[in-house]
Amino acid sequence: MLRYILGRLLTFIPTFIGVTIVSFGFIRVLPGDPIIVMAGERGMDQERYNELMNQYGFNDPLLVQFWDYLTGVLQGDLGQSFVTKRPVWDEFFALFPATLELSICAIILAVMLGIPAGVIAAVNRGKFFDRALMSTALVGYSMPIFWWALLMIIVFSGTLGWTPVSGRIDLLYYFDNTTGFMLIDSLLSGQDGAFLSAVRHLILPSIVLATIPLAVIARQTRSAMLEVLSEDYIRTARAKGLRPIRINGLHALRNAMIPVITVIGLSVGTLLAGAILTETIFSWPGIGKWMVDSIYRRDYPVVQGGLLLIAVMVMVVNLTVDLLYGLINPKIRKR
Amino acid sequence: MSLLRIRNLSVDFATAGGAFRAVDKVDVDVAEGELMAIVGESGSGKSVSMLAAMGLLPWTATVTADEMSFDGTDLRRISGRQRRKLIGKEMSMIFQEPMSSLNPCFTVGFQIKEALRQHLDMDRKERHRRAVELLEMVGLPAPEKRLASFPHQLSGGMNQRVMIAMAIACKPRLLIADEPTTALDVTIQAQILDLLTDLQKETGMGLILITHDMGVVAETAERVCVHYAGQKVEDQKVEDLFTTPHHPYSAALLAALPERATERRLPTIPGVVPGQFDRPQGCLFSPRCKYANETCHKVEPPVQPDDLGRARCHYPLYSPLEKPAEEAHA
Repeated sequence: MLRYILGRLLTFIPTFIGVTIVSFGFIRVLPGDPIIVMAGERGMDQERYNELMNQYGFNDPLLVQFWDYLTGVLQGDLGQSFVTKRPVWDEFFALFPATLELSICAIILAVMLGIPAGVIAAVNRGKFFDRALMSTALVGYSMPIFWWALLMIIVFSGTLGWTPVSGRIDLLYYFDNTTGFMLIDSLLSGQDGAFLSAVRHLILPSIVLATIPLAVIARQTRSAMLEVLSEDYIRTARAKGLRPIRINGLHALRNAMIPVITVIGLSVGTLLAGAILTETIFSWPGIGKWMVDSIYRRDYPVVQGGLLLIAVMVMVVNLTVDLLYGLINPKIRKR
Repeated sequence: MSLLRIRNLSVDFATAGGAFRAVDKVDVDVAEGELMAIVGESGSGKSVSMLAAMGLLPWTATVTADEMSFDGTDLRRISGRQRRKLIGKEMSMIFQEPMSSLNPCFTVGFQIKEALRQHLDMDRKERHRRAVELLEMVGLPAPEKRLASFPHQLSGGMNQRVMIAMAIACKPRLLIADEPTTALDVTIQAQILDLLTDLQKETGMGLILITHDMGVVAETAERVCVHYAGQKVEDQKVEDLFTTPHHPYSAALLAALPERATERRLPTIPGVVPGQFDRPQGCLFSPRCKYANETCHKVEPPVQPDDLGRARCHYPLYSPLEKPAEEAHA
C-alpha cells in the first residue's frame, strides 16, 4: 500500500513539471505587457520601463526566466504579486478558504442530491421519474454557468428578494478571520444572525456551482446502478428476502460507487474551473476571482503560482479517489 | 400434501422481437422432504419456472398460473412484504455461478449474518455463533477465519458452500438449487452434490435440484421432471424413468448417457431446441423426434396419465397397450 502511494507520488513529478511549463508559457503567450499594465493610465518613461524590465528579469532569455521560476518553485518560493507585492503563497492561502468553503458546499449538495436521484431513477427505470430526472440532468449539464447564475440572481435575489446578490456576509457583521471559513468564523464570533447571513450568502453560489457536478453524478449513478442491478449478487440479495431499500441502497450502491467516486473526483477539477465564473459573478473573494483579476493585470507570478497550486490539489484529490476504490471494493485493493 | 404446488405456470418475456414464452403450462409438485430433480437442456425453462416461484424474475417477465402456492400460501397474490418473509426463510435458492452470486463488497460473514438478521430474532453473538456453525455444516475449514474473507479470496467450490450455508441459514423447508455444480470442477461437483443430499437428509427439507446432467439425477434424486422447450414433458420416479422412459425425449436423453451407450459412437439428438421464432406446431419435440408422424407435427400432444409419466406425447413409449412402442409409432 505504502509502495503504491509512493509510486503514485512519483508520477506527480512529470505532471508537476508539465504544469509549470504550461502555466509559465500560458501567461506569456497572452498579449499585453505586465509593466505597462502596472504603470496604469499615468504611463511611464522609457528609462523607468527599462529599469523595471531588468528588475523583473524580462530581458533575460525565456529559458533563463523559466529556470529562475522553476528553481524558486522547488524551494517553495512562488514569487511575489506584481500588484500587491505580497508573496503569492500568502495571497493564495488567504483566499483559498473562501473557495474551499464554496466548493465543499457545492460538492456536498451535488453528492447528496445526485446519488439518491440516480439510484431512484435506476430503480424506476423507464418510468416517469426516471425520464423527468434524466432530462433535467441533461438540461443542467448543458446550462451555461454564467447565464444560469444571472437567472438565479434575477429570480431569487431580485424578484423574490430571498437571497443576497453577492459577497460572503452582510456588511453589518465584522469579526476576525480565524479559520477563513465564513460559516465557522461567524459561529465563533457569536454575533446574532451572522451565521444565518453567511448561509444565505452561500446558497445561490453553491447551487450554481453544484449544477453541473450534480447532473454528472446523477447520470453516472443511474448508469452504474443499472449495470449493477442486473448482477447475480443482487438476485441473491433478493432471494434472501431483503428489503428493496437495503438491496438498492447497500448491496447495489456500494458496487456502483466506483464509477461515481471517479466522477466526483473529476468534478473537483470542474468545480475549481467553475469557481472562476461563479466567484466572479457573485463577487466571491476566492481564488477563482483572484485568478481572473490576475490574468487581467498580467500578474505573472500569481497566475503561474495559482495554476500550479490548483493543479496540485486536483492531483491529490485524484490520488485520494484511487485510494478510495480499494476501500469501497476490496477486490480492487492493492496487495 | 405438496409443499410447493404449481399448476399451469407460463412465463412470457417481453423482448424486442415480441413475447417469448420461456415456460409453457408447467405443473410442479414437491412434497415436504422430497428430493426432486428438474432436467433439461439450456433454455428449457427449468430455472425460469423456479425463479417465478421465488418471485425473482426481472420486470420484463409476465407470470401466469392457475395455481402457485407454498404450503397453502398463494404465491400469485402475496404482497412484496409477505413474500420477503417467505423467501430466504421458508424457501431459499442457490444459483449457478457462486463467484458472481456473492456480493464482492462484503465479507462472507456479513452476507450470512445478514440472512439471519433479516428473518430470525438473534442478537449479534448468536448470529456469529450460528454463522460459524453453518460454515461447519457446509464443510468449510477454519470457519471463524473464513467469516472475515471476501468472496474473491475463496475458490468457486468454497463460495458455493457459502451460498449453501446462507440458503439454509434460516432452516428453510424447501431449497431450490439451480445448477449448483455447473460452474465447478468435476471433483468439486461431487462434493457439493453430496453436501446437498446430506443436508437434505439431515434437515428434512424439500430439495429441488435443477440440472442438465442425467448422471446427477440418477445418483441423487427420488423423482425427476424432464423439461423441453419450456414444457414439462415427463414426470416420474427416477428408477422408473431410467427403466421405462415414456417420452421419446427422455428416452433419447438417456440413450445419450455414456454409461448406457451400446455402440462406439454416442447417440445424439439431431437438431436444436426451438427458439422464439421457430416454434413448431403440434408437439415441440416433433422436428427432432424419430417417432414423429403427421399428428405429432400438427396437433399439440395431450398430457398422459400418471402411470405414463404424465408424458406430453401422442404416443408414449412403453405404454401398457400391448403393441410395442416401435410399432405404435410406425
